[in-house]
Amino acid sequence: MKKEAVSAVNTGKKKKIVEGVQYKLLSLLCFVLIIGFWCVASYGHLVQEVFLPSPTAVISKLFAMAADGSLWAHCKASIARVMIGWIWSVIVALPMGMLMANSKRFSAFVQPIIEFARYLPVVALVPLTLLYLGIEESQKYTIIFLGTFFQLVLMVVDTVSNVDVNMINAAKTLGAKRFQIYKEVIFPAALPGLIDDFRLTIGWAWTYLVVAEMVAASNGLGFMILRSQRYLATDTIFAGLIMIGLIGLVTDWIFRIINRIAAPWQERLGDSK
Amino acid sequence: MASDNKNEIRLQVRSLGKVFGEGDLAVTALKDVNLEIRESEFVMIVGPSGCGKTTLINIIGGLETQTSGEVLLDGRPISGAGADRGMVFQGYSLFPWLTVQKNVEFGLKMKNIPSSERAAAARRYISLVGLDGFENALPKMLSGGMKQRVAIARTLANEPEILLMDEPFGALDAQTRVVMQELLAKIRTETNTTILFITHDIDEAVLLGDRVYVMSRRPGSVRDVLDVNLPGVRSHNSLVLPEFLEIKKKIMDMLWQESNDAAMGR
Repeated sequence: MKKEAVSAVNTGKKKKIVEGVQYKLLSLLCFVLIIGFWCVASYGHLVQEVFLPSPTAVISKLFAMAADGSLWAHCKASIARVMIGWIWSVIVALPMGMLMANSKRFSAFVQPIIEFARYLPVVALVPLTLLYLGIEESQKYTIIFLGTFFQLVLMVVDTVSNVDVNMINAAKTLGAKRFQIYKEVIFPAALPGLIDDFRLTIGWAWTYLVVAEMVAASNGLGFMILRSQRYLATDTIFAGLIMIGLIGLVTDWIFRIINRIAAPWQERLGDSK
Repeated sequence: MASDNKNEIRLQVRSLGKVFGEGDLAVTALKDVNLEIRESEFVMIVGPSGCGKTTLINIIGGLETQTSGEVLLDGRPISGAGADRGMVFQGYSLFPWLTVQKNVEFGLKMKNIPSSERAAAARRYISLVGLDGFENALPKMLSGGMKQRVAIARTLANEPEILLMDEPFGALDAQTRVVMQELLAKIRTETNTTILFITHDIDEAVLLGDRVYVMSRRPGSVRDVLDVNLPGVRSHNSLVLPEFLEIKKKIMDMLWQESNDAAMGR
């Protein structure tokens, strides 16, 4: 490469880094603003302490719970439930969705029941799950599974159906058999979209976690929040919400990294040619 | 199997018809199409857009099924798509997650050929299409012409009985197209591959073909067949030969007649 070309690439890179820092600062600013309002409202005594705890109260609560270990116990319990329920839903939804997208018969067989089930509010299924499964952990997994599976399977169908038919045709004329087309073309082509689907559904799994921990749970972040309501312990509620939010941020970030590792070949907006 | 007999018919299309839809909504795309391609022949099909060229090549490739008639490869009816009929499409159909090398190896991998053997074969065909040094590039780093070079190498590496090309250079700019046409002419001389090539570009048809089938407008059928005998090696210089222009004129007249008939509602 010529010297000018190298320096051009370098300035391009530098510009990108500067832009990246700008965006990070903007993201941070949003948080700072919200915390700022919170400080004003709480330290300015605009809102009663019982409705809105002060940032210091929440932080000291977080530290206290971290110190006595209860915070980690709750986090651990909740993360385990979300992960197990969600992983089951991925394990079942992925092959099922891939089959549905490629077999009209199979799709005709299962699609109506999935669309029927998708509209059932998971909360309304809680009594049945308690009746069938009792208050075991499996009941919690089931709630999270039910909450995410029916959505995920339809998302998988959609993502897989969007794989470019040109690529599938090319594979066919290159001698690929049915199973090879799934493994060597459809799956890798759909992978980035699938990872995105997984990322979205794991977010919903956290919503259903609270439903799952609403009844017959003795630990977990959802349980912690619901119990605090009874004692008007708003500082604990805020601590729980902040933890869930932080776990969500970290999860999203992990998925983004996975996507970048699993599909570095994608053409992204803003990529220079 | 391939034969030394130059006159042996490899691919035969017999009274092929294709109707889309049913009842009142039925559209006849192809009607009584007959054509044949001999060993090592470069056959072009040229026709107005909408004449069913792509449907025809898709049926030959096994990606669509005909309503009537049959397609025979070496005397046997084809069934479904297969590696014996390699295809190059107009759209870039490369696998974007695979490098150039892995894209070209794809068909050989499907046949479970050992990896060292297929790597060597892929390198040979990458070199044939002039992409030495790009083995490890991803498709997103390549220009349109380079992508089609990879697609051609990928199909040839599979050593198909016949190479089917569906307007492969249609999306390229005029200069790149000529370069690619010369490349294909060169590859053809080097590999002796039997080729069926579809285009709406008359220049392309006359420049590359040994024989040109001219199709009528919808419902598409064969209107005429012309032999192309040009002196010398086919290159951009052929485009101004009197022989070239004579055949071009004939085809232009035929296609003009077709569009005129269409415009007059005949």
